[in-house]
Amino acid sequence: MPMDRRSPLRLHVPEPTGRPGQLTDFSYLHLSPAGAVRRPQLDTPVQKTGDLCYALVRVLDDDGQAKGPWNPKLSPEVLKQGLRGMVRTRVFDARMLVAQRQKKISFYMQSLGEEAIGTAHSMALGPGDMNFPTYRQQSLLLARDDAPMVEMICQLLSNERDPLKGRQLPVMYSYKKLGFFSISGNLATQFIQAVGWAMASAIKGDTRIASGWIGDGSTAEADFHTALTFAHVYRAPVILNVVNNQWAISSFQAIAGGEGSTFAARGVGCGIASLRVDGNDFLAVYGASCWAAERARRNLGPTLIEWLTYRAGAHSTSDDPTKYRPADDWERFPLGDPIERLKRHLIAIGAWSEEQHAAMQKEVEAEVVAAQKEAERFGSLADGHLFSNSTMFDDVFEDVPDHLRRQRRQLGV
Amino acid sequence: MAQMTMIQALRSAMDVMLDRNPEVVVFGEDVGYFGGVFRCTEGLQAKYGKTRVFDTPISEGGIVGVAVGMGAYGLRPVAEIQFADYFYPASDQLVSEAARLRHRSAGDFTCPITVRMPCGGGIYGGQTHSQSPEALFTHVCGLRTVLPSNPYDAKGLLISAIENDDPVIFLEPKRIYNGPFDGHHDKPVVPWSKHPLGEVPEGYYTVPLESAKIFRPGQDVTVIAYGTMVWVAEAAANESGIDAEIVDLRSLWPMDLDTMVESVKKTGRCVIVHEATRTSGFGAELLSLVQEHCFYDLEAPIVRVTGWDTPYPHAQEWAYFPGPERVGEALARVMEAS
Repeated sequence: MPMDRRSPLRLHVPEPTGRPGQLTDFSYLHLSPAGAVRRPQLDTPVQKTGDLCYALVRVLDDDGQAKGPWNPKLSPEVLKQGLRGMVRTRVFDARMLVAQRQKKISFYMQSLGEEAIGTAHSMALGPGDMNFPTYRQQSLLLARDDAPMVEMICQLLSNERDPLKGRQLPVMYSYKKLGFFSISGNLATQFIQAVGWAMASAIKGDTRIASGWIGDGSTAEADFHTALTFAHVYRAPVILNVVNNQWAISSFQAIAGGEGSTFAARGVGCGIASLRVDGNDFLAVYGASCWAAERARRNLGPTLIEWLTYRAGAHSTSDDPTKYRPADDWERFPLGDPIERLKRHLIAIGAWSEEQHAAMQKEVEAEVVAAQKEAERFGSLADGHLFSNSTMFDDVFEDVPDHLRRQRRQLGV
Repeated sequence: MAQMTMIQALRSAMDVMLDRNPEVVVFGEDVGYFGGVFRCTEGLQAKYGKTRVFDTPISEGGIVGVAVGMGAYGLRPVAEIQFADYFYPASDQLVSEAARLRHRSAGDFTCPITVRMPCGGGIYGGQTHSQSPEALFTHVCGLRTVLPSNPYDAKGLLISAIENDDPVIFLEPKRIYNGPFDGHHDKPVVPWSKHPLGEVPEGYYTVPLESAKIFRPGQDVTVIAYGTMVWVAEAAANESGIDAEIVDLRSLWPMDLDTMVESVKKTGRCVIVHEATRTSGFGAELLSLVQEHCFYDLEAPIVRVTGWDTPYPHAQEWAYFPGPERVGEALARVMEAS
């Protein structure tokens, strides 16, 4: 072909459909109506689940009715427990955000709008199962009846009762006994580790499964793709969760490769059964989590779940999202607020009322306030009630080797 | 006692540990059915089954990543990186994860993994099969780095590494897998079967970590070396007639400082030898330590003999490799200075 007949090449740089001052066009989400998506048998061959990663599993409709085959048919008691877990997470986040503004805490990351995902998932897993979370899955811990709230706040305050001894940024919790792996802060690393943990459980003939977590943005990391390959190759008993909250700090999910495709579709290409699920729908999260967990427990292999949601707050207390996205995005986000949706459902089935909700909200607020008060008795980073400087030399190795003893002496502690 | 090559000794260490401890698993590229490109795991899958000794996808980040997860579960993984030159995709998992898990979780989770990798040149491997990246590991707090020089130490150190609750980088100088190599590439190799250090107990024993060995006692100058370079240093001492004391570090970090310092204080002179590139190499750390601890006992400036600061060449391998001639010149130089 002669040179003059070639058109110039163009580099495509994706953009969100709304920037500050504009209205986001959410049609890019491609929603399915509640109850419309089929629920295949647990042992359905992976190649026959391809449609599920372009559809959207939903149970709750706009009127609060539960519909379709993914409804986990939970008792009102369990639903109320879930509602309380979500409210506890939201109240906790709000209080800690204030504490950060008051400079009691150096840094905080809220999970506003994403509370259903960790809450319902945590309730769907069993004792001994291990989560490998990111920094926005505090609901996995806070949804539990035995949520270690005082200790968690001590970690946020980096005080003398911080279980991590002041070594980690706030929110980077570690709770082995509660099935919550140590949060790294380096993105995506935990995803392949979850697969390794699950492989170990299978090697030992154990019955416990693993659940790995990642955000839409960090699916671009090699560890994401590595995790999918290893999970598929060894049929690891693991759930691979992609929380697609649309934003990675200021980068829209299309910058991670979400444009014209879905993150769930990555899984099917790797031979992994994959679902795309309404992450703001408590019942859909519960139902899909149970399906994936059951597949893992029956040695049917891993499941990848893309949870569609919206990061309603800033990325962290160091971020200002009004600089890069419309301020009213969350109000207009078509999947709504997970707490409001479950509340509406409970009221619709006659198991809940506005009064009961207000009373529960008050109880939870008192619970968090009391926990914060208790934790603050042990000081904060601001007032200097910390673990001693000498403790930084511990746990680098199992024992303290000579060179660290010498350095500790040099520091004079 | 049996006569073993370093390959057989390493295999024996894994065999012993797979047998003794049901939490030990062995995996890596080609290590399962085939038994590894250097045959270090030959026969282990047949003996212990596919769920304890298995092949992995070609993904060093994945190999170390699943090892970290398995360690967190409670297993004791022994992962193989086919060549040390290939570990770079696993850097994040080693540096940010394995090395720091115990510290960042305040002991809630630990990482009792061993990552084996063949290193070093002398096999015409070119720039992608010859590197000695030990300084990249010794720089990382929380990693243990080990590098044996003979079959007896290799087996004892590997057992110690597997039993250790910290992540251990276990570097294997591939040029001496089959016999000690003194740098005279034009002479026939003496196999381990004809060498006393090829005598290895068949059962369980350990060589402790953080313990160096006086490989060759001497009075005039201390040579600090590890791996293949221990043999090169020995040849240089014998050929130059200089009574060098050779310290085989065995564990690079954390290290046995006392043995090294005691030797330099005795001889008053020091030559540091490694195959890796010079600048910011582990020799720079060793030199600093000798300076800090032995300055007033030194009779001469400390001298380093290392690979050049170039990629490891293929055809020019022997001009790159710091052989006995270069080490001998360094010995002569520190003896002349006063």
